[in-house]
Amino acid sequence: MSEPAPQKAPILRIEGACTNIAQYHILQGVDLEVPAGAVTMLLGRNGVGKTTTLRTIMGLWRAHRGRITFDGQEITALPTPAISRAGIGFVPEDMGIFSDLTVEENMTLAAASGPLDSARLDWIFAAFPPLKTFWKKEAGTLSGGQKQMLAIARAMAEERKLYLIDEPTKGLAPAIIATMAGALRDLKAQGASILLVEQNFGVARMLGDTCAVMDDGRTVWTGAMADLADDTSLQERLMGLSMETA
Amino acid sequence: MSAPDHLPTMAQASPWQRLEPHVPLLLIPVLALLGFLLIPSTSSWLTLTVSGLAMGMMIFIMASGMTLVFGLMDVINFGHGAFISVGAFVGVTVLLGLSGLTGAPSLWLNLLAVILAITAAALATGLLGLAFEKVIVQPVYGYHLKQILVTMGGLIIVEQLILVIWGPDEIFLTRPEALKGAVTFAGAAIEKYRLVAVGFGLLLFLVMRWMLRSTRIGLIVRAGVENGEMVEALGYRLRLVFIGVFVAGSALAGLGGVMWGLYQEVITAHMGANLMVMIFIVVIIGGLGSVEGCFIGALLVGLMQNYVAFLEPKLALISNIGLMVAILMWRPQGMMPVVKAK
Repeated sequence: MSEPAPQKAPILRIEGACTNIAQYHILQGVDLEVPAGAVTMLLGRNGVGKTTTLRTIMGLWRAHRGRITFDGQEITALPTPAISRAGIGFVPEDMGIFSDLTVEENMTLAAASGPLDSARLDWIFAAFPPLKTFWKKEAGTLSGGQKQMLAIARAMAEERKLYLIDEPTKGLAPAIIATMAGALRDLKAQGASILLVEQNFGVARMLGDTCAVMDDGRTVWTGAMADLADDTSLQERLMGLSMETA
Repeated sequence: MSAPDHLPTMAQASPWQRLEPHVPLLLIPVLALLGFLLIPSTSSWLTLTVSGLAMGMMIFIMASGMTLVFGLMDVINFGHGAFISVGAFVGVTVLLGLSGLTGAPSLWLNLLAVILAITAAALATGLLGLAFEKVIVQPVYGYHLKQILVTMGGLIIVEQLILVIWGPDEIFLTRPEALKGAVTFAGAAIEKYRLVAVGFGLLLFLVMRWMLRSTRIGLIVRAGVENGEMVEALGYRLRLVFIGVFVAGSALAGLGGVMWGLYQEVITAHMGANLMVMIFIVVIIGGLGSVEGCFIGALLVGLMQNYVAFLEPKLALISNIGLMVAILMWRPQGMMPVVKAK
């Protein structure tokens, strides 16, 4: 068993969140804490409510019960733009890039509070070189990996207190996954708080400090990522498979 | 290993792939060329072409707001015609009150009168649009059937209010002195007003295009048409943007109503509703939410209407329906569809 993760004050706290989509009860009592300055992995099988959790935090779907607190402020009922402006960057599962806009326009739009900071842009270009190459091209013409780079770069365009990132490595080639992981590691090194949904256990193990596992619309386990990574029987019990075989 | 599902990058695109998105733009010269081949007299063709372009520009002005409103919030506004009628009545009332300027033999004084009239019309319809959005559209977001019913109801109410305020009779008007008559070019008589309408419509399109391409608010609108949810997730209040676009679209419809009234030299309370068929065709064939598509569609409709009315008057009424069917068979989403992520 590894050393327990250092206790950090949570920047995000979800208490008993329940979310319905039409007649379906997707979230049925999610409890989650995201420590400040750490990467929290949100794991679980397909369809257990990980994406819904992120969308509920962003206010894109409303929690009809429960409470979400971000940086000391309750955001449960705030409109999505207010949640974003409070300091949360969001990268959705479908990337949400604007295909008809150029890479430059996508990035310009992402800097909602003013012009793009050139030093920050240089940092983004260093993490994702293709974005500089295709700066003036329409985002719809980029490859899948480049689109994912743009989606993450857009969230990084301004300093955020918390990043919600939904499956950034999904369907990508190993070389591009390494680029993504490197960028997220950079972000983490800068002290950012990240809540990351990830199916790639290698990436999860490499980046995660803490971890929450969901099942059937609830959080069923929380703890240090290292504890879960080291315990194959726990992995099999919680997720039906072990990280070694995934 | 399966093939990647993404599109090739621009560096790998073939010449046809690069040209393909611009094909709709080529349809305008192709249609004009077809008209040139079918119409026996060059002067008649030139007259009809300018007339078609003028008509298209005015339809574009009236339709552009509607396509953006649909693109941004999926709102189908059947009441858009109300703004056209109200704009025409307000504008014409101002013009009639400025008879000293419109009757003067000075182009500048005449243009001043027209500018004052269209400004008054745009302001009035912008305010009407604000009230219309708040009272009629806002309660039915997300419900298309209800939107159709209540916006049609709004249109009927506004038409009846016009009848109450301005009376039941149609109002005939004459154009300002300097805009009457025609100029002769290459043996063709071209009405001065149509040239002004073409120039003004083109200017408006370029300004709108510049705003959409080069300003932050334009970026937000374009992005919002494609994926409103993501725009909100980036911190922008799309609802406020939508209200702004609705008001601007209403003002443009009112402005177009004045121009259409001067073009037809008669206005009626039902003129907006009558134009809605043409406006819907333009919005649909252009691609819902696309301003460029709307512009090209309006010019095609204007040209088609004029050419067919000259060549085969009995077919004029169905020519634009035929055009819509042909374009939708080629591109079911319209000529320049906006990729919707919603």
